[in-house]
This record gives sequence, C-alpha cells and structure tokens, in this order.
Amino acid sequence: MTLNYSHFTAALVFSLCASVIFGITQRDTKQQMIRYGLYCFGWFIGGVLVAGWAMWFLKR
Amino acid sequence: MANEKAIATAVEPQAGMMTIVAPLAGWLVPGLGHILLKRWVRGGLIFASVSIMFFSGLGMQGKVYGFNVGDLLDMLGFVGDFGNGVLYFLARSMDWGGGAIFRATADYGTKFIVCAGLLNVIAAIDAHHIAIGKKQ
Repeated sequence: MTLNYSHFTAALVFSLCASVIFGITQRDTKQQMIRYGLYCFGWFIGGVLVAGWAMWFLKR
Repeated sequence: MANEKAIATAVEPQAGMMTIVAPLAGWLVPGLGHILLKRWVRGGLIFASVSIMFFSGLGMQGKVYGFNVGDLLDMLGFVGDFGNGVLYFLARSMDWGGGAIFRATADYGTKFIVCAGLLNVIAAIDAHHIAIGKKQ
C-alpha cells in the first residue's frame, strides 16, 4: 500500500499525532492536556504555513 | 496499625514492579504502559497516534533502519526506529520499510517512523512517571 500524502496532509498528520502525545505526556490534568495539545497543534500548523509562505516569497 | 503495615507490604512490591513493567510494556506496545496503570483513554490515544504515524511512514515508503555501525545518522535512525517496540520488530520481520529514495515523500515517511519511535519513548517515560507517583 502506498500513501500519496501532499506536503500539507503529511504535516497535518504529523502535527496531530505529535500534539496528542505532547499533550498527554507534558501536562498533568485532563484540561491542561487538551489545552497544551491544541497549543502544540496550532504552533505546528502555524509554523508550516509561515514556512510555506516564506518559501513562496523566496522563490519569487 | 498492623492492618496498615500489611496493606503497605502488599502494595509496595506491586508498585515497585510497575515502575519497571509499565515503561517496558509502554515501549514494547505503544500505550500499554498507561493501560496497565488504568489510564485507558491516554493509552488508547498513544497507541493510535504512534501506530498512525508509524504506518503512515511505511505507507509513504519510508525506510526502517536496521542495526548498523556505519553513518552516524543511520545509527541515530536505528535508535529512533527501535523506540517503536513491537511495531519495529514487526516491520523488520515482514521486511517492510525498504525505502524508496526516488520518492520525495519517502523521506518524510522515514522521519515519520523515527519520530513515532521517539514519541513512544516519551510516552513510556510518562508511564514510568505515573508509576512512581510523580504524575497523576
């Protein structure tokens, strides 16, 4: 089986899985875990978008 | 008083065992350490996350490193992959993860597999922290 993820889909899957683990392992209470997981996910995706646009401007 | 002592002696060996068994089980099967400590949801989420990352990596034709003493990055790749526990042994025994260097996403897949292993190690250490009472 071969998966043909786009760059963004690959980043999305990676961010989601990594954020879940970070949320569970780095915080103590359930609410803190959810908040930290969302925080990490936001930074992952935000970083991808910023890097993507930066490369687009560099290419021009 | 005597009752408390009896309970303490009955509980201590089990708690002591769990400090070793939970991280080992967590490494071997992602999330099992948390499940043994009755953190069902966390264990399930860890299992799902690590498995999705690992199999996505394989699906993207990522490479699974074998034991090697060559290039430093290859050795580190092996260490990361080894963190996947039974998933790693499964992939090696089934000869999955040959790596297709002509595909751009195959490189992403290789990183997915390594990161899944490293995240699993973090989760196993978390199980140890729960077992020793450092975390709820």
